[in-house]
Amino acid sequence: MASRILRQLIDNRQVVGRGFCSQAPIRATLFPGDGIGPEIADSVKEVFNAADVPIEWEEHYVGTEIDPRTQSFLTWESLESVRRNRVGLKGPMATPIGKGHRSLNLTLRKELNLYANVRPCYSLPGYKTRYDDVDLITIRENTEGEYSGLEHQVVRGVVESLKIITRQASLRVAEYAFHYAKTHGRQRVSAIHKANIMQKTDGLFLKCCREVAEKYPEITYEEVVIDNCCMMLVKNPALFDVLVMPNLYGDIISDLCAGLIGGLGLTPSCNIGEGGIALAEAVHGSAPDIAGKNLANPTALLLSSVMMLRHLNLTDKATRIQDAIINTIAEGKYRTADLGGSSTTSEFTKAICDHL
Amino acid sequence: MSRLRALRRLVSSAAVSPTPPPLARSVTYMPRPGDGAPRAVTLISGDGIGPLVTDAVEQVMSAMHAPIYFERYEVHGDMNRVPDEVMESIKKNKVCLKGGLRTPVGGGVSSLNVQLRRELDLYASLVNCFNLPGLPTRHEDVDIVVIRENTEGEYSGLEHEVVPGVVESLKVITKFCSERIANYAFEYAYLNNRKKVTAVHKANIMKLADGLFLESCREVASKYPSIKYNEIIVDNCCMQLVSKPEQFDVMVTPNLYGNLVANTAAGIAGGTGAMPGGNVGADHAVFEQGASAGNVGKESIVEQKKANPVALLLSSAMMLRHLQFPSFADRLETAVECVISEGRVRTKDLGGDSTTQEVVDAVIANLD
Repeated sequence: MASRILRQLIDNRQVVGRGFCSQAPIRATLFPGDGIGPEIADSVKEVFNAADVPIEWEEHYVGTEIDPRTQSFLTWESLESVRRNRVGLKGPMATPIGKGHRSLNLTLRKELNLYANVRPCYSLPGYKTRYDDVDLITIRENTEGEYSGLEHQVVRGVVESLKIITRQASLRVAEYAFHYAKTHGRQRVSAIHKANIMQKTDGLFLKCCREVAEKYPEITYEEVVIDNCCMMLVKNPALFDVLVMPNLYGDIISDLCAGLIGGLGLTPSCNIGEGGIALAEAVHGSAPDIAGKNLANPTALLLSSVMMLRHLNLTDKATRIQDAIINTIAEGKYRTADLGGSSTTSEFTKAICDHL
Repeated sequence: MSRLRALRRLVSSAAVSPTPPPLARSVTYMPRPGDGAPRAVTLISGDGIGPLVTDAVEQVMSAMHAPIYFERYEVHGDMNRVPDEVMESIKKNKVCLKGGLRTPVGGGVSSLNVQLRRELDLYASLVNCFNLPGLPTRHEDVDIVVIRENTEGEYSGLEHEVVPGVVESLKVITKFCSERIANYAFEYAYLNNRKKVTAVHKANIMKLADGLFLESCREVASKYPSIKYNEIIVDNCCMQLVSKPEQFDVMVTPNLYGNLVANTAAGIAGGTGAMPGGNVGADHAVFEQGASAGNVGKESIVEQKKANPVALLLSSAMMLRHLQFPSFADRLETAVECVISEGRVRTKDLGGDSTTQEVVDAVIANLD
């Protein structure tokens, strides 16, 4: 863990020399979301204030009516805000049930062209799961693959679903994966596939990954069949470093890795879009049963906001906040209920601020 | 209560001794006259570690004087199709034991494992993942059977390039296949006294395709009211498998998810080198290493002859039971479990350093 942070500091040379007090505040869009969303978003704001992070938040809420311009509950203004600011943080959103509108996540993905979903999974020292040595990153192609949504009934009782793989999307996500590996000091990128069965589709994905791999000779590149990958992950997750995968495998593997470190309540996530847009998000649900009771665990959203800071090259601040979170959890005195403790959200947040 | 679980209790309660304890059986198996005539079984040794582990099975079978004899055939993963004589043999014998066939990646040759399953219509693939007593794993109380649809879904092999740089692959789900795999899963649960069947899907995204699969499962579930039925989304399923695997019993899945779930379940229970499985259809059955049949191991393992034969040995025990030779099946299983629980002879993937032959010798020595 310490060596990894050291590597990040050495690689991000641009941050050295930038005086924080003279920096103009960066505007970022904040979607607090539903349920426990507003509480954990407040937690993030508090920690950022305490750490003097030069971020100015633009808050947007999901509307109650469908905006015809976006065909969903998200307003056009919210989307424009993210496009303008280039960074955002999103809390959990409960998709309202009903027809005639696109799901919120789908809207964001399509409108902002978010093509890669990045989830770092590392074991939190002090929170014991069955796996102690997890330190990997899953990068998932987010726009095509099996989730293209193109299905139809051929005849009664026979349904076809299309899986689409394009060169352009595969190259894009492979580029991002190698770029991420390089800027974060990772040694190895593994492409996960099932090209022995799906020879043309996953074969194209692999071809694109190999092309990009040639441009980064210092990073080791390997290809792993998905069934082997699943088995190796549950037996020995230390074997993996950065994983890059098409959509469906990415969905399953990233949730599997989240399970290894303790669940979605602790996993950060960030979506990368064209033109350098980054939308960090908490991937857990909105937990309406504990909403408003000051019991929620803000760790996932806090760690996602740290990812957002790293994207903005505010590495010092990011590291300080990340260390504070890890130390608070490791210490064990202040933990929320889902981690086995009895602190409230505000106590936990205050403990993190104290650790800064 | 499953025989394996009863055996496990017996083995763990007895002190570790060189001779296995006598089997506790309440009523005997009464064969029909002539049932003891040797049965022919097609044997495909396969690629990579295949020949090593199938040879292990042959040695143990002859040491037990089991009433089967093998008809050996050479098939390799880079052949275009399975040779006709092999298919004829399997259709005659109805039972086959095989090692893995390695499919070249991106080589334009379609997988022979899949071809075999399609041609013989082996529509159900079954993997039994359970903790072996004496083998330390991170998860306890694992006893999962993954039943996976074996013929359609994502493995239809229907791909084409639309324009240069854009490739499409068709996933096909039919009511016919979904119904028969659901029927098999519930029938299996019923015949093996299993309490719960879980359907694994991604119907929130693939609404029509996986929706059809779920519909079929629900229909069949209503015909078995004593078996509990629930549904779980595949990404949540994998997350639950690594944190709380004891909640799963029998799982029924379409083709691709079944591959992932079976490998994950095998991994948490001890590894694909130790979990048995097979493919079954209305007329034929092919037994092989449980999950990951296309994984034929690394070159180094083949050279050093350190492949793990446990999976194929346990699968051959499944095969003996399928052929209605329960006593031989029990002896083989008990011997393998004794060897594992003693812990002295284990291959690399189980934490030891033995060769395949050493494991075989230990199993033969432990045979009742």
